[in-house]
Amino acid sequence: MSTVTRAGVGRGEAAAGWLFTLPVIIILGLFLLVPVVMALWVSFSDWTGRGSPFSADVGLVGAENYEAVTTGGGLAERDFGLAMRNNAWYAVLVIPLQTALSLFLAVLVNRAVLRGRGFFRTAFYFPSVTSSVAITVLWLFLFSSSGAVNRILSWIGVAGPNWFNDPTGVVHAALRGIGVDRGPEVLTENSFLSVSWWEWLAGPSFAMSAFILMAIFTTSGTFMLLFLAGLQNLGQDVDEAAVMDGAGIWQRFWHVTLPQLKPVLFTVLTLGLIGCWQVFDQIYTGTQGGPGKTTLTPAYLSYQSAFISQEWGQGAAIAFILFLIIVAMTLLQRWILRDRPISGRRRMLPADQDSLSAQPKGGRG
Amino acid sequence: MRQPQTAPRFPTARRTRCALRGGVILGATALALTACGSGFDDGPAAGDDAGDFTSGADPLTVLIGSSGDSETAAVEDAVAAWSEESGLEASVQIANDLTQQLSQGFASGDPADLFYLSTDAIAGYAANGSLQPYGDHLENRDDFYPSLVENFTVEDQFHCAPKDFSTLALIINDTLWSDAGLTDDDVPATWEELAGVAEQLTTEDQVGLTFSPEYQRLGVFMAQAGGALVEDGAAVADSAENVEALEYVQEQLDAGSFAFSSDIGAGWGGEAFGTEDAAMVIEGNWITGALANDFPDLDYTVAELPGGPAGPGTLQFTNCWGMAADSPNQEAALDLVEHLTSTEQQLEFSERFGPMPSVESAAAQWSEENPELTAFLDGAEYAQFPPHQAGAADVIADLNSQLEDLDSADAESLLDSVQANLEPITE
Repeated sequence: MSTVTRAGVGRGEAAAGWLFTLPVIIILGLFLLVPVVMALWVSFSDWTGRGSPFSADVGLVGAENYEAVTTGGGLAERDFGLAMRNNAWYAVLVIPLQTALSLFLAVLVNRAVLRGRGFFRTAFYFPSVTSSVAITVLWLFLFSSSGAVNRILSWIGVAGPNWFNDPTGVVHAALRGIGVDRGPEVLTENSFLSVSWWEWLAGPSFAMSAFILMAIFTTSGTFMLLFLAGLQNLGQDVDEAAVMDGAGIWQRFWHVTLPQLKPVLFTVLTLGLIGCWQVFDQIYTGTQGGPGKTTLTPAYLSYQSAFISQEWGQGAAIAFILFLIIVAMTLLQRWILRDRPISGRRRMLPADQDSLSAQPKGGRG
Repeated sequence: MRQPQTAPRFPTARRTRCALRGGVILGATALALTACGSGFDDGPAAGDDAGDFTSGADPLTVLIGSSGDSETAAVEDAVAAWSEESGLEASVQIANDLTQQLSQGFASGDPADLFYLSTDAIAGYAANGSLQPYGDHLENRDDFYPSLVENFTVEDQFHCAPKDFSTLALIINDTLWSDAGLTDDDVPATWEELAGVAEQLTTEDQVGLTFSPEYQRLGVFMAQAGGALVEDGAAVADSAENVEALEYVQEQLDAGSFAFSSDIGAGWGGEAFGTEDAAMVIEGNWITGALANDFPDLDYTVAELPGGPAGPGTLQFTNCWGMAADSPNQEAALDLVEHLTSTEQQLEFSERFGPMPSVESAAAQWSEENPELTAFLDGAEYAQFPPHQAGAADVIADLNSQLEDLDSADAESLLDSVQANLEPITE
């Protein structure tokens, strides 16, 4: 093919290519890129919420909004600190539990011998397709002070807490149970983001715990599906080889199945992480940050600062801090889950030597 | 879960409305920022001289946050009647989330012409020029209660007409009251008497007095002790009077004769009162509608709140008819406000959904029509308002989050933190 025609065809193809991608570029640009750029600008501006943020009266204030929520020392900083505390506990508890549960469910429904597999797969997936608002309302009823959960707890002699109205952190509650009412001074006197370390360690409040249970309940179905897809892609031969080598069920799971699922595991953990730091619907529908600000999350705080308190710059700043946190966490997790070449080679060493020694000398040229 | 900060609506209705909404935060912010339907123009600048109103033939939009069907229908009827009379089109929109929808309207430059506006939102919107101040141009300007006018006065400008108001009173369950051997003469007039009857009314199944754990209820005790959060524009949250008030409440909570509604499994005071988990409750005018709907067989009495060390005290709540600076037809909007706040119209609103008229000329007839509710109106004489400075809502939200733990908190340090939060916004 001559250069001239190739360029001509290339040009035509390029034009057609742009034409076909144009709708998506416009939609994404208009509804994703432009708003993100605008929000970024707002986070550095003194926009007050009236008219366009790009108008002439809106001035640049530098990092003032970011400072107000991170080092300002006022209510804004404390609210942000509390929101970070709440969400950190939420993420720390939800991500491992939902991953473990969804993997467990996937392994269960993946078994060929299971009767009614289709039923169980549907049943476990069902919470995921139900609207989070509907589930939140259901949860509010289940966990009300005289609700079903407390009724069941009372059968085993436990006086359940007043879930959605109890701001006590579960760690603090446990410590109170063994007679520790007040933290050591080193924890109560020092603080980060205007929240004392003692408060950071309070644990999720009972209200937040109910949301944690809800998140695990609703998301494990989706992630089960991902794990199931991953499991079905695995060849039987590797597993059979492991059986022949005399590996038990447990060993096969940990040393054969799980390592092969690593890409899926990464996806699940990343999606879980992102989802955890974006908790909004449940809070908006259920508690609006209460009781005692213990269900305040950065995502909800961003909304509240902008729309309710008219601090648009701070609201946007919180959204971008949240974005940075999610990116940082994802990178960290990628680094932790990376393929470790050294340990891999070590494990492969004997096999390598075997294959090397078995190879005819001439073949190596 | 909780009642809105100051807007005295029915909490149950609020919760249902909330349940209808959900969203993703970035999406919501992005929408607000891109919701510039009419391009990115800034609209006409808010005239400092409130004299120049825009006028035209544009239809009017009225955005309200309704407490329920009866309020919606009443406002729709009133607006339709005006529309017929004036020949101008006007429509009523019901907001799912008034604050958010207002903010989106102001950002887009195409807000509703008239809207419900709460005292805690007015300072912020006035500061960014979203509002058209029109109070001094009202024909019935001098008929409004002065204390209500003061609430909607920002930087010496009377911004908007109070649409109605409510106060808090003591609501007593008649059956439980007489069961405990109490008579009309025992209605408490002092803190000691209140503690006494609350104790008498407390049984295994019920507490004497309940209220939600928020400043919007506990503030009455501060007022009765002679305290307040803000006085003459200065933060006075850490006063000895406020400490005394909170300690009094703490004592009764400890004794078990007072209880927060949330601690006895109710969403708000009215619910605990309706289910007879509490014999008395501190609530506002809106409770009458809620009780009539949900607990029609309950007999109750509305009494003035008892006086504290500094005499009687209660809290008042109000909303106004805000007018948008970007409205293209402010003259017609002003005319509509005059219609909506007229004596007859307010009396009709009151009859249909509960609140008290904001004009003095309606007081006599209102008392006559609602003899059993006069305690609410009597409270207006000495009622305090929650602070309405820009940022006050956040401070009160923080105070409320601490009040939930009041039984184990130290009143003094609690109020110190409120003072520290209030000072930057009152300076």
